[in-house]
Amino acid sequence: MSTLQQMRSGIEESYKEKQNRARIVVGLGTCGIAAGGNKVMEAIKSEVATKGLDVDIDFTSCIGMCFAEPVVEISLPGQSSVIYGGVFPDSVAKLIDGHLVAKTPVTEMAQIQIPRDASPYEGIPVMDKSGYYAKQVRSVTSRLGRTNPESIEDYIATGGYAAIEKAISMERLDIVNEVKKSGLRGRGGGGFPTGTKWQFVHDAAGSKKYIVCNADEGDPGAFMDRSVLEGDPHAVLEGMMVAGYAIGADEGIIYCRAEYPLAIKRLNLAIEKAEELGLMGDNILGSGFNFKIRIKAGAGAFVCGEETALLNSIEGKRGMPRVRPPFPAHKGLWQKPTCLNNVETFANIPFIIRNGGDWYAAMGTEKSKGSKVFCLTGKINQTGLCEVPMGITMGEILNDIAGGVLGGKKFKAVQSGGPSGGCLPTDKLDLPIDYDSLISAGAMMGSGGLVFMDEDTCMVDVAKFFLNFTQLESCGKCTPCREGTKRLLEILERICVGAGVPEDIDTLERLAKVIKSSALCALGQTAPNPVMTTLRYFRDEYEAHIIDKKCPAGLCAELLTFTILKDKCVGCGVCIKACPAEAISGEKKAAHVIDAAKCIKCGACVPKCKFDAIAKA
Amino acid sequence: MTNSFADYLNTDLFFVIGSNPTEAHPMAGAKIMSSLLNGTKLIVADPRRIELAEKADIWLQHRPGTDIPLLNGLMHIIIKEGLHDKKFIEERTEGFEDLKATVETYTPKRVSEMTGVPEKLLYDAARLYATTAKAMLCYTLGITEHICGVDNVMSTANIAMLTGHLGKEGCGVNPQRGQNNVQGACDMGALPGDYPGYQKVANAEAQAKFEKAWGVKLSGKPGLTIPDMMDAAVEGTLKAMFVLGEDPVLTDPDANHIKKAFNKMDFVVVQELFMSETAKLADVILPGASFAEKDGTFTSSERRVQRVRKAIEPIGDTRPDWWIICEISKRMGYPMEYAHPEQIFNEIASLTPSYGGINYERIEYTGLQWPCPTADHPGTPVLHTKSFARGKGLFKGIEHTPPAEMPDEEYPYLLSTGRILYHYNVTTRYSSALDAHRPEEMAMIHPADAATLGVCTGDTVQVTSRRGSVQTKVNVTDKVLTGMIWMSFHYKETPTNELTVNAFDPVSKTGEYKVAAVRIEKAAQV
Amino acid sequence: MPTVTLTVDGKQVSVPKGTTVLEAAWKAGAFVPTLCHDPELTKPGACRICVVEVKGARNLVASCVTDAVEGMVVETATPAVVEARKTILELLLDNHPEDCLTCHQAGDCKLQDYAYFYNVKPGAFGGEAHKYDLEDDNLFIVRNMNKCILCGKCLRACEEKQGRAVIDFAYRGFKTKVTTAMDKPLADSVCVSCGSCVAICPTGALTEKAMLGKARKWEIEKVRTTCPFCGVGCNFDLNVHQGKVLGVTSNAASPTNGRDMCVKGRFGVDYVHNPNRLTTPLIKKNGQFVESSWEEALDLVASKLGEIKGKYGSDSIAALSSARCTNEDNFVMQKFMRAGIGTNNVDHCART
Repeated sequence: MSTLQQMRSGIEESYKEKQNRARIVVGLGTCGIAAGGNKVMEAIKSEVATKGLDVDIDFTSCIGMCFAEPVVEISLPGQSSVIYGGVFPDSVAKLIDGHLVAKTPVTEMAQIQIPRDASPYEGIPVMDKSGYYAKQVRSVTSRLGRTNPESIEDYIATGGYAAIEKAISMERLDIVNEVKKSGLRGRGGGGFPTGTKWQFVHDAAGSKKYIVCNADEGDPGAFMDRSVLEGDPHAVLEGMMVAGYAIGADEGIIYCRAEYPLAIKRLNLAIEKAEELGLMGDNILGSGFNFKIRIKAGAGAFVCGEETALLNSIEGKRGMPRVRPPFPAHKGLWQKPTCLNNVETFANIPFIIRNGGDWYAAMGTEKSKGSKVFCLTGKINQTGLCEVPMGITMGEILNDIAGGVLGGKKFKAVQSGGPSGGCLPTDKLDLPIDYDSLISAGAMMGSGGLVFMDEDTCMVDVAKFFLNFTQLESCGKCTPCREGTKRLLEILERICVGAGVPEDIDTLERLAKVIKSSALCALGQTAPNPVMTTLRYFRDEYEAHIIDKKCPAGLCAELLTFTILKDKCVGCGVCIKACPAEAISGEKKAAHVIDAAKCIKCGACVPKCKFDAIAKA
Repeated sequence: MTNSFADYLNTDLFFVIGSNPTEAHPMAGAKIMSSLLNGTKLIVADPRRIELAEKADIWLQHRPGTDIPLLNGLMHIIIKEGLHDKKFIEERTEGFEDLKATVETYTPKRVSEMTGVPEKLLYDAARLYATTAKAMLCYTLGITEHICGVDNVMSTANIAMLTGHLGKEGCGVNPQRGQNNVQGACDMGALPGDYPGYQKVANAEAQAKFEKAWGVKLSGKPGLTIPDMMDAAVEGTLKAMFVLGEDPVLTDPDANHIKKAFNKMDFVVVQELFMSETAKLADVILPGASFAEKDGTFTSSERRVQRVRKAIEPIGDTRPDWWIICEISKRMGYPMEYAHPEQIFNEIASLTPSYGGINYERIEYTGLQWPCPTADHPGTPVLHTKSFARGKGLFKGIEHTPPAEMPDEEYPYLLSTGRILYHYNVTTRYSSALDAHRPEEMAMIHPADAATLGVCTGDTVQVTSRRGSVQTKVNVTDKVLTGMIWMSFHYKETPTNELTVNAFDPVSKTGEYKVAAVRIEKAAQV
Repeated sequence: MPTVTLTVDGKQVSVPKGTTVLEAAWKAGAFVPTLCHDPELTKPGACRICVVEVKGARNLVASCVTDAVEGMVVETATPAVVEARKTILELLLDNHPEDCLTCHQAGDCKLQDYAYFYNVKPGAFGGEAHKYDLEDDNLFIVRNMNKCILCGKCLRACEEKQGRAVIDFAYRGFKTKVTTAMDKPLADSVCVSCGSCVAICPTGALTEKAMLGKARKWEIEKVRTTCPFCGVGCNFDLNVHQGKVLGVTSNAASPTNGRDMCVKGRFGVDYVHNPNRLTTPLIKKNGQFVESSWEEALDLVASKLGEIKGKYGSDSIAALSSARCTNEDNFVMQKFMRAGIGTNNVDHCART
């Protein structure tokens, strides 16, 4: 029996015991902490101490329900774990008194419950059947919000390091084949088949090879990788180790953005613990396989998420993409063969090795297997992290998981794939989510950020937002991206202020086409996507801005006019006080008027009017 | 140079000793610097932390004047560890036992004490140099400008032969020559013992050859070297001197001695571009044309004979140097008639075997590296590929010679001298941009010494040796050793060579510019 | 060496394996413009002006960084290619001063040449252009970053040819700029003013200070010569205009140095025209130098030397020849001493 197996039986035992005690677990991912999780934790500790309760207090990572943070889980021996949302220090006493002292869950604050031996509590949705989780799968995110990410024991007790244990007993090529069989494609956005990439690196000549994990997640609205790193750091390490063994590398580097301090802290802790237990380092589990991992904090540039720019950055050079080929699989870090995958890809590996490629391939669609983690943001009711099987439709995500559009407004578009992706309109809601469908619709999978937009969103403004981002983050190396995105942005800016001319649409299209076809790296080539998709699906909005000088969404201030409807105005004078520009005048009890020359279009008057007498158009 | 500059990009290791190429030979330095980017290794032996020392894999900071112990020490280790190239030694050399016996006593411990280099670095450097297949040794005046300069040079040859790093691409012993045509001037027989092409004046056969060519009786008695000339002038036996484009008062060691020599002579002619310190002492000054105003050839360090082309007419009433000399010769009854420098070159080629195959037409574009004996010979990028000039390479065991003058109580600092990037021996002070960029001497001293002296960068000190005394501003830097001051020789306002020692290598008559004892005092504030 | 055969614009061309599509296209006689490409430097594939169509490729292909492979079908002038090139030129010109009339580089500027060839005019997008201050802070090089097209040749030459890497790209996106560490002036950086960046700049962004405004590129006569400074033996071209040496430009055909030089060779030959040059023979009379004719001076030297030779013998006369003069000068000097005077007392500073 190996040391790991000996270790595991003990660890599993105490893990089971721990789970079966009265416990309070606070969600302390970055989202939980940002929502005040640490203060909640303090309040819980003091409340428990004051009351002298015999209860374990632990923490976990983000379970996915960011909308409900701070999230606290409470369980009694044998009973369902109840996950409460919106728990602030002032509601702690109520929860503890109710759930732990009176042993009655506080139903009105409960989000979901996870049943154990006893039958579930009444009136609380069971996780699997709850609105947020019913259409989800929990594979790569299975430990998120469930285990203590800083405890290697929790990881081992939940099957951790069984994959590397299994892998080192396998032939290297068999591992590569298993990954191929799973159909796993790169989860960073490109969607290149992972097994094929591993095969390339495996086959590449040279004794020194590297494993590099891309944790430089930079898309606006994307936090999948952060959640995985914070919630299951060992899975990423283990995935890299399996890759290292399979392709013949002894060194791994995680390039993690410096803006993720908690992820870096937990990764470093995980590396330290794994080394302590002999699960990482020299002669892992007596196999003769050596593998070390170190963290390289990112340089703060979006482009460093592009794999070759990332490699340059690790080498201490400016993060600028290299020309491909040669691909990193042949000439990567320090010109050595390098297997470069993103966080989610590596995190999937231990599950695939443990359960087999077929198990994984059973999820998803013909060409896009398995599950994918998405981040749901924007004008929706339930923002957060979700893991879904490939092939689910955008509409299911919006309506079932995200709980529909916020405030009952009308859905307008969803941006998939960040600045490199595109905006999809209502008629694409039935589009199954897989790599190829998204590309054909003009968007892309990207790393998994979904930004939902409602009827109040101006699509020209959205394109402008993303172009502003790509323009600022362009590395400056190639002409089309550096100069071209700047010009796209300038045109969009002038359209938004009503200075657009009809030829601008042609210019946008022509420029977008040239950038797409001639830029050096994927970031440049995809930078025009937001412009191209909004032009494709929302051309009328562009035309309205340019020809009618109107913003249909009522967002572009320069194109708005505010007028007071005479028949509704009662002359109360509230709007006069609200106007910072002294643009409104009028006698009491007589209809007021707005001086268009003075109006700065700030809109401050509109909500103040109790009679809906101010019209924006 | 045994090898070529092109070879700098084709070696796996540079061993740079007594040379500061990034300043004194910038394009050679650039080739070394860019080679390093491609993984070429570098050993630097220099008392100063020169730019290359900062880039070096191994930096041996040996004390000035300890090159022989250093090289002997490296050879000791190489032999002790059996890293010498036995096949090369067997086939191509003789005298190995002599060398072995000499270096036997240069143990790492002893050498470390003599040079100040830690023993571990001696081992590292010896092993790296000996075990790298393509290793190139480069030196410059840090090796030659000592009273043991010839012995220093032979020591570099010893270590290169010992490791078989000669006669191959990417190897060799490569002295980067200091001046644009110092190689050519030597090749042309501007040496007291040599006709063009190193044919000896003492050799009757050579004498007969040149007598026939030039139609006069020639002297078989070797002439005076520069230091001997200066001594003879001071003694009164040398009465007249014709100085062509040299400024010995500024550039030769012990300037006061040189000035005395010039003042003593009956007649001095100086042919110059500018009013040099030496020209001031002349009886007649003849204005020469610059390189841009005349045709001709220069021969570079890598023995490449290249064209100099007339781009503009001579400035003012100046004349090409060759024309002036011919005019004087004609007036003295020995007419030398040349219509164009090309005719002179053809005469050179006809009398100089190594130039025999070179003519202006062949060097129109890229020049040719001598030896190039025949019109169809492609030139010689690498010397000694099959044999050495004397057949087998001769090892010679060489013992340490300490410098002529070392610091003592009265003159406690060691002065070493050299060149900086922005200036050359002559003319650069007359370039407006270069002179504005580096207008004055900035002697380098160590912060510890600066503290003792109470000076900061930019302050002025008085530097005094047994021979003279000069003022200079200082640059306080830890690039020099404590107890050391480093100065350039570019500035007539700070004539460094008034300080340098009047001591010469007995064979080459090269002055010991690299070591002199001086005293330093903070100068009174002006 | 194994070769590959490909088709460029319908023409078959065979090239050694490892040849780029660009080189193959040139070999086939096609016109493919380049801005960032340089045969002696690494290839960033950055400017994208060399894009071509390769059958089967998803996008246009930068020909300078794509290896030619067997059977490849390349088109160098399809509408898509021309459209891309013109657009790239429009983008570059939109952010470039329209001052070709007074630009030092005019006539020797790739941007100008390609704009002419493709009939691309400035102002296509009418957007923001850089307004950097002219960098005129040092004695040797003037940098006008408004004219920089960010091809990066300068920084590659600095790193790869001079081994220094004094300059690199800084900032991002449209604000990207080539500059020194911390964006300090060249004069405050570790730059050694070798001017390799100037030599390789395809536009008027980098110029030799001394030559600015002195002559148009096409008026300059270039005379290849060998450097008068150290013994490395660099070659370069003296730039001559109206009988004056304006400065120096490097010449790629130079055997030891190519286009690279040091500060002295590139910026130091103005000493030739220094007003302190000696321009007429001088004879010291009563301790003062007095101008004389050549006849008088030469006669005096000949008679004085003759006199001394007669009185004290040939060996009482010596000559210092010169390591800075030509071989011809040195040969004549030693011949004069040996055959004319009759002594071997000739030496030079052979040891310095």
